Amino acid sequence: MDQDNRIGDTLLEVKNISLSFGGVKALTDISFDIKEGEIRAIIGPNGAGKSSMLNVINGFYHPQEGEVWFRGKKRESMKPYQVARQGVARTFQNIALFKGMSTLDNLMTGCITHMKTNIFLQAIWKGPAEREELEFRERVEHIIDFLGIQAIRKTPVGRLPYGMQKRVELGRALAAQPKLLLLDEPMAGMNLEEKEDMSRFILDVNDEFGTTITLIEHDIGVVMDLSDRIVVLDYGCKLADGTPDVVRNDQAVIDAYLGVSHDD
Amino acid sequence: MFYRESGDFKTNYADDQQSFPIKLDRYAVWVLLAFAFFVVPFFINDYWEKSVLVPFLVWSMAALGLNILTGYCGQVSLGTGGFMAVGAYSCYKLMIAFPGLNIFFVVILAGIITAIVGIAFGLPSLRIKGFYLAVATLASQFFLIWMFNKIPWFYNYSSSGMITAPERTMFGIAISGPSAPSWATYLFCLTLVTIFAFIARNLTRGRIGRAWKSIHDMDIAAEIIGIPPLQAKLSAFAVSSFYIGMSGAMLFGVYLGSAEPGEAFGIDKSFLVLFMVIIGGLGSILGSFLGAAFLILVPVLMKNIMVGAFGWPADLAAHLELLFIGALIMFFLVVEPHGLAQLWRMTKEKLRLWPFPH
Repeated sequence: MDQDNRIGDTLLEVKNISLSFGGVKALTDISFDIKEGEIRAIIGPNGAGKSSMLNVINGFYHPQEGEVWFRGKKRESMKPYQVARQGVARTFQNIALFKGMSTLDNLMTGCITHMKTNIFLQAIWKGPAEREELEFRERVEHIIDFLGIQAIRKTPVGRLPYGMQKRVELGRALAAQPKLLLLDEPMAGMNLEEKEDMSRFILDVNDEFGTTITLIEHDIGVVMDLSDRIVVLDYGCKLADGTPDVVRNDQAVIDAYLGVSHDD
Repeated sequence: MFYRESGDFKTNYADDQQSFPIKLDRYAVWVLLAFAFFVVPFFINDYWEKSVLVPFLVWSMAALGLNILTGYCGQVSLGTGGFMAVGAYSCYKLMIAFPGLNIFFVVILAGIITAIVGIAFGLPSLRIKGFYLAVATLASQFFLIWMFNKIPWFYNYSSSGMITAPERTMFGIAISGPSAPSWATYLFCLTLVTIFAFIARNLTRGRIGRAWKSIHDMDIAAEIIGIPPLQAKLSAFAVSSFYIGMSGAMLFGVYLGSAEPGEAFGIDKSFLVLFMVIIGGLGSILGSFLGAAFLILVPVLMKNIMVGAFGWPADLAAHLELLFIGALIMFFLVVEPHGLAQLWRMTKEKLRLWPFPH
């Protein structure tokens, strides 16, 4: 991959983030940046604060200290839906799809921040509302094609197997055409083949749509292969930050998380 | 020419997203509407109007409204009777204040007033969910009925405390009041219900409907993909109350002619509409109609059979009717907890492959 052309300026920067729940310190003084077009991974042992970090980025948690800068501007305290409207989409560790709705409807709901027609035009349907609906249907069909989920278009997602649900959830996040895509353990609980598929999708999303991706993942092999840079967290503190090679050879990271291979 | 969806291919997205994707469904709906609009009015008599068709249409409207709130948006409400009373009293006050106003607009305006009241009572839904919200809406039911009983301005200081609909017209034909012809009240209700059933369908299949459904399925995920919960929930309360207000106005103005809040709009009416929605099918437009038909028409049918055909005493028939309806409700909920609409959906799914089982 052509590193230099793909990666651009800083898209999002967190500065000195500290977050605590009562006496429990979830994050302490975390700073790092995410550059446009890169795949950035956050790794660390269980309870290290990885998901809390994502929740801070998409506005679900409000840190006591620190700042989030998005696209060169300091972000004021925001509700999650406002952050979504700025172009941040995410998937969840334990799938958060709308189970009663079809795959197609889930993806169409992903586009919702871009849809504009008001309630009266919606009531009449013919005209602007229908035109908008068809325009977004076409866009969503493109994503359905990309993910290869044509056959389950009209199936309620509650009936789909786990791996497919993960794929639909990625699709819903993509439908929002995000500038920054947050993936919380996209490969948790998957078999090797499903992991390979998912890795391929992540690389393709990054390559074809130029979407910046931040992911949390426990499969170290996958993380090292996919990501451009990695942040390592442990007990809410930043342990290391850098390219996969730097992180792999960092003594603190090896002690806290990676462990030592006994073959050496 | 079997009724099924296989073989009915679509070549563009507009066709695929229409209200009735199956060709025979489309024809059936047009035929039914044509029959209801152009044939029934010539044969309708007072009995069919007062006991069967108009109550069915009025309660369908209420069920549509509650289905938008509870079925689509997932907010349980027990305030339906109270909101119908708001519609009825707005209708009454508007009829008195503007005697020349076309009754069609009176009903729409009554709906709008109810929508505003609905938004106010929907505010707690941002903080509380499920059963707790149901209890909060129960408060609105009791408060509203109490208010219409206690404040004489609402019933124009009449000595009986009741409100009575004066004669109001549309195109010079009386729609409300004692001299309104059967066919006119029927057509009036049918037109309103038809228009607003299509509007409900349009709202629920588009952007707003998906926002409601996503709030229903998982409100946190909905917020994270960019749906403001406040806006989504309150719009559902507004639209739902609008429908329920219109049904209240129709119930009072067109059907009953006079009303007293505790009796016509009591808590039992809130439960009646909730049962309609649950039995018909949560989150289904068709289900609203099926549920209303079940709870309004089956009792009429049973009464006819027991009193008319068997000659049993009327009080015995009335009690047996309650027992039987209760048993039927339980039977349906055990056999198909997702309601009559789901039963119909399953039938269609089976027919897709018929005559093969898989």
